[in-house]
Amino acid sequence: MVFLGGQVLPGNVGRAILGPFADQRAVDTLNHTLGVDRPLLTQYASWIWNFLQGDMGTSYIFRSPVAPFVIDALGNSMKLAAVAFVLVVPIGILGGVIAALNLNRPLDRIISLGGLSVTVLPEFVTGIILILIFGVWLRWLPISAAWPRDAGFFTQLYYLILPSLPLFLVLFGYIARMARSGMIEALDSDYTRTAVLKGLPWRTVIWRHVLRNALLPTITVIATQTGYLIGGLVVIETLFRYQGIGSLIFTAARGKDFPILEAGILTIGIVYAVATLAADFLYSVLNPRIRLGTDQ
Amino acid sequence: MSATDSPAGMPAPDNAGRRGPMAEVFFSLLRSGTFLTGLGIVLFWIACALFGEHFVPYDPLADDIINALAPPSAEHWFGTDQIGRDVFSRVIVGSRDILTVAPLATLLATVAGTALGLFTGYFRGIVDDIISRILEAFMAIPVVIVALLAIVALGTSKTTVIVVIGLSFAPIIARTVRSAVLAERELDYVAAAQLRHESAFHTMFVEILPNVIPPILVETTVRLGYAIFAVATLSFMGFGIQPPSPDWGLSISSNYGMIGGGFWWTVLFDALAIASLVIGVNLAADGVHGAFND
Repeated sequence: MVFLGGQVLPGNVGRAILGPFADQRAVDTLNHTLGVDRPLLTQYASWIWNFLQGDMGTSYIFRSPVAPFVIDALGNSMKLAAVAFVLVVPIGILGGVIAALNLNRPLDRIISLGGLSVTVLPEFVTGIILILIFGVWLRWLPISAAWPRDAGFFTQLYYLILPSLPLFLVLFGYIARMARSGMIEALDSDYTRTAVLKGLPWRTVIWRHVLRNALLPTITVIATQTGYLIGGLVVIETLFRYQGIGSLIFTAARGKDFPILEAGILTIGIVYAVATLAADFLYSVLNPRIRLGTDQ
Repeated sequence: MSATDSPAGMPAPDNAGRRGPMAEVFFSLLRSGTFLTGLGIVLFWIACALFGEHFVPYDPLADDIINALAPPSAEHWFGTDQIGRDVFSRVIVGSRDILTVAPLATLLATVAGTALGLFTGYFRGIVDDIISRILEAFMAIPVVIVALLAIVALGTSKTTVIVVIGLSFAPIIARTVRSAVLAERELDYVAAAQLRHESAFHTMFVEILPNVIPPILVETTVRLGYAIFAVATLSFMGFGIQPPSPDWGLSISSNYGMIGGGFWWTVLFDALAIASLVIGVNLAADGVHGAFND
C-alpha cells in the first residue's frame, strides 16, 4: 500500500500543478515582484519543496503565512462534507434499494425521477430554494453557516444542516441510481435465482445474497465522488458564507492572492489523491470475490 | 439548441438506406413523453430568449428606485429588485445569455471531443496513450476550479466562459467517441476503406464518423444540461456572465444577500427558471438516450 501511495500521489499532485502553472503566467504578466521573475521551473521547484516542509508561502493580501488559513479552512470544509456524507450515504442507498425492489412501480418512478431531477440542479439553485423554505419562511434553520464563537458540537451541527442539504440532494440522486442499478443487476443474477429456488426466505435472499453484491460497487463509487464534492463546496461555502477551503480559493481567486490560491488547489489535489487511494483500498478490502475465494 | 433540433435536422447521409433507422429514432422521440415535456420547456425558454424583450411589461434594465423591493403585485407580477427593476421582465429576458453561452460551449466541446475521440480511437497505440492520460488528468479537476483559474488568468468574458466550459467537457465527449470508434474500426467497412488506400482523415471523418453519430448526439444533449449547470454556477460566482445582463445566476448572486430580510421574490423566480431549464434539457436528453437505445 505504501508503494501504491507513492505511485499515485505524485501523479495527482502533478495534476494539481496544471492550475498553478496558469497562475504563474498570470503573475508574471501582472509584474508582481515577489520573486516571480525567476524561471518558472525554479520557482515551481522551490514552491513544492517549501510546501512539503509545511511552508505554503505568504499571502499577498493578508501579509501573513498561508498555512494556517488553509488548514483552518480545510478543517471547516471537512466538517461540512462529513455532515453531507453521513446523511446521504445511508439514505441514498436506502432510496436506491427501495426503488429496485419496486422496479417500474410508482415508488421506483418517484425515486428515480426525483433523484434525477435534484441531481442535475446546480447547488446554488437548490441552496437558494432551501434557504427560502427553511430559513426565511419556516425560520427553522439559520441561513448562514457562520456559527457563533465557541459554539459546541451540536450548535455547529445545527448550523451545518442547511448548507449540507444541497450537497445531499446532488449526491442522493447519484448514489440512489448506482444502488438501484447494482440491485437490479444482482436481483437478475443466477445466484439470486438459485437462492430463491433452494427455498430461502425472501428476506434472507435480499440481505445475504443481493445486498452484499449490489452495494459493494456503490460504496466504492461514493468514495470517488470527492472530486465532484470539492466543486460543490466552492459554491455552497460562498452561498452560506462558510469559511471553508472552497470559499478560501474563491476569495483568493477574486483578490488574485496567488499563494493562497495555489496552496488551496494543491491541498485539494492531495485530498483528491488520498480519497481516490482510499477508494481503491476500500474496493480491495470489500471485493466479495476475494472473501468468497477463502470461504469456499 | 443543438439538443432539440439536431435529431430532426440530421443531414441525410449520402446513402438513402440509412434514413430508415434515423427516421425511426425521430418517430420514437415524438412518442416519448419525457422528451416532449423536456423539449416543450426548452422551446419555451428559447422563445423567451428570442422574442421576450418585445412582450415583457417593463424594460429589464430600467431602474425605478422609488418602487425598489416591491413585493409581487398586479403591477409587478414577480415584484421588483433592489433598484426597482421588474423581476418578471428580467426572468423572461434573462434566458438569453445562458442560452447563447451554454449551447456554444457544448458545440465547442462536441467538435473538439469528437475530433480527439476519432483520433485516439483510430490510431490507438502511443498517440492514444499520451492523449488519453492528459485528458484524464483534466477530468480529475473539478470544472469550477478549472474555470476559476482560467478566468483569473484570462479575465472574464463570454468567450472565456465558452472556451473554458467547452474545453473542460471535450475530454468527456472524447472518451465516449473513442470507445465507440474502438468498436467501429474493427468492422469490415473500415478495413475496406484502408484497402482502398483512403487517407486516415477520410476513413475517420467520412467512413467512421457517420456511424458514431448516435452516441455523440446522446452525449451532446447530456452535456448541454451540464453546460447550463456550469454557466449558471459560474455566473452566480461572478465569473460568468457580467452585469448588467439580467442573467438568472447573476441576478441571484446580486440579490441573495438580502433574503434574510424576507425579499424572497428577488431570487426565487430566477432559481425556478434555472431549475426548469436544467430539468427540461435533462428530460430531453433522457428521451434522446432512450430513443437511440431502444
